[in-house]
Amino acid sequence: MSVRESDLRATAARLLETGSVAVVIGYGAGTLGRRRPVFVRAPAQAGELVFDDECHQNLATYLLKPEIRRLGRPAVVAIPSVLRSLVQLATERQLKDGDVLALVVGDDGVRELADLAAVRQHLAGLPGSLHPAAKTEIARLSAMTAAERRAFWSDELSRCIKCYACRAACPMCYCERCTTECNRPQWIPVASHGLGTLEYHLMRAMHLAGRCVECATCSRACPAGIPVHLLAVFAEESVRRQFGAEAGAAGPAYALSSFRPEDQEGFIR
Amino acid sequence: MSATAPAAGPAAASRFEPRIVAFVCNWCTYAGADLTGTSRIRYQPNVRVIRLPCTGRIDFMLVMTALANGADGVIVSGCHPNDCHYTSGNFHARRRWMVFRDLLDFAGVDVRRVVFSWVSAAEGAKWAELVDKVTDEVRALGPYREIHDLSGTGVG
Amino acid sequence: MIIGERYQLAPKTLEAIFAALARDGVRVLAPRRVDQHVALLPVKSLAEVALDAVQASGSAKAAVFPPVEQLLSFTGSGQDLRLQDPEPTAPPTVVFGIRPCEARAFKSLQLVFDWDSPDTLFDAHLAMTTVVSLGCTQADEACFCTSVGGGPRDTQGSDLLLQPLQGGGFAADVLTAKGQALLGLAGELLPLGPEGMLEPAPEVEPAFDAARLPEALEAAFDSPVWGEESLRCLGCGTCAFVCPTCSCFDIQDEKRDGGGRRLRCWDSCGLHQFTLHASGHNPRETQGQRWRQRVSHKFLYFPERFSAAACVGCGKCARACPADMSLKEFLRALTRGR
Repeated sequence: MSVRESDLRATAARLLETGSVAVVIGYGAGTLGRRRPVFVRAPAQAGELVFDDECHQNLATYLLKPEIRRLGRPAVVAIPSVLRSLVQLATERQLKDGDVLALVVGDDGVRELADLAAVRQHLAGLPGSLHPAAKTEIARLSAMTAAERRAFWSDELSRCIKCYACRAACPMCYCERCTTECNRPQWIPVASHGLGTLEYHLMRAMHLAGRCVECATCSRACPAGIPVHLLAVFAEESVRRQFGAEAGAAGPAYALSSFRPEDQEGFIR
Repeated sequence: MSATAPAAGPAAASRFEPRIVAFVCNWCTYAGADLTGTSRIRYQPNVRVIRLPCTGRIDFMLVMTALANGADGVIVSGCHPNDCHYTSGNFHARRRWMVFRDLLDFAGVDVRRVVFSWVSAAEGAKWAELVDKVTDEVRALGPYREIHDLSGTGVG
Repeated sequence: MIIGERYQLAPKTLEAIFAALARDGVRVLAPRRVDQHVALLPVKSLAEVALDAVQASGSAKAAVFPPVEQLLSFTGSGQDLRLQDPEPTAPPTVVFGIRPCEARAFKSLQLVFDWDSPDTLFDAHLAMTTVVSLGCTQADEACFCTSVGGGPRDTQGSDLLLQPLQGGGFAADVLTAKGQALLGLAGELLPLGPEGMLEPAPEVEPAFDAARLPEALEAAFDSPVWGEESLRCLGCGTCAFVCPTCSCFDIQDEKRDGGGRRLRCWDSCGLHQFTLHASGHNPRETQGQRWRQRVSHKFLYFPERFSAAACVGCGKCARACPADMSLKEFLRALTRGR
């Protein structure tokens, strides 16, 4: 057990003992060398918590699930993607300031961030991009012809079986009535044929544009190894480039429900 | 649904005629298209016009659905910025198209076939010009079956 | 080739069989690497097969129960509506290199699809599919075939079982007429005597006694354990979709080209809307209720009805699950009275 882990466990036990939180959402040992989400509710269980380089999943997804909300006030082990998600979810009024205690685990101990101001301040000191590899891949694809990109996505999406793991794992996909399930009209074909998969992923990327925290938890969740995060990260880059807005940043309104009369484009005739 | 070929002769009869779907706003472009008619300005008949209250109501999924149902090209047109009947609907639409067009291109969809424009109620001539130009462009590009045919792939 | 006999199969001969299949236009599905991932995909040669992988992430059920299948098509409208049933034929297919655990699943699927009336599409696919399984030389933490009556060299459901030989090549057990026909593509083969040494099979310790499960599950119906265990479950369809025995489906009607078609698509009981009524009521509102359903279906309701389990212990669900849910771990704890 590392120093970071022992600090985390001690912090969790104390928080639960004093009753300041009802549950600590963190990572525990999983099968096949992986980590899994754990929901620690008693001080004695704090030993289940681990923290290392295998902790990737964006735990913010659990904060809005009814079964988790019912447990009471949560603390969450907050890797950078979780912190960004907290800010974005608060911006979208899904979380109130102070609802969630963020636990940032570092070599210098556990930092408790009790409100959004503290989270934003901490984020300001972190590197901007969560996924340099995604940027490189997007640049590689952008340099191709449209036909080459069509072939790439056709090949990748041919393995998509519409399991919706990407949606389920994403903290921003919290809509209780998702467009996918709308059947009057059936916007998105349910079937996993080429159209049902392309339209689903395009729709999801558009609904994430300006909101995606670029954690790539969607791609990690995909059982077929499809890099679905590239579509949403691309949309995010497009929003940033064209409107200067960014998810998880300090306060600008959602890019697609606001506008500037001076927005510039070069393709409208 | 077949379009009529504008000229007679065997070569013309077998020539590909594109099917263009146009999503237009009621207050500007639809009225503008009406003016085109009352002004007796002729233009190619390949376009099918769908009237909506405002470009702000145009969901990007409508464009996808048109392509999936066999449209060879799509036009999306509304009021000029600052002239929207609902004040800001077209500003929201513009933002949406700026991202969606980029995303479509990234996914490898042929964005030369999806044309956005501002056509006001007074611009009867512009509507005719736009439709003629887009029809010619799409005719030159040829039929667009790729998106439509996707609903056939992966069906066991 | 004689059914029930074991033959020696050199890699070169196996490659020749692949070549013959490719020439005859037979679809061959096998575990194949795509970046970091192993998926069950079409292959043209033995070299493309990921022989060293424990499992492919998806299952061979796609060969007989595709993710999307057309049930009928229609043209016209109003009084002039013409329906068309699909031809109940299927492309000849060889499923190669799946594990013995998965091969057992075809029986389970057949019990469902031919239950009260024969599913002509499923039957056509199954009739045209030859199953060549590859005996295991390794198992990982997710495997639990021996807990549900299977094993790393089990033969049930396979037409041909290949087992790696020490020094290279395979022992090929001809189990059915289909296996006989496939191996016959290789021409004359030498029978393998008792001196042919097989690579050893892995030890797969049973994690639980499946016979005790129905009683344990009945007793646990109202237990809080379901809600507890499923706190991390995200409610996606991954486990059901990669599972070789899961067979739930959704029917979707789609318009297309002035007519349309009816499609059968994979569905999952883990999804919230699986039991969502039009009224808005959902008898399985919480993830705990859905988890209970999944486990009880596989180990209580299905065995009650069919005297067979609806789980082959392959572990694909656990490996694919983004939240690391594990049937094996859960059932082990349940039967230990926790």
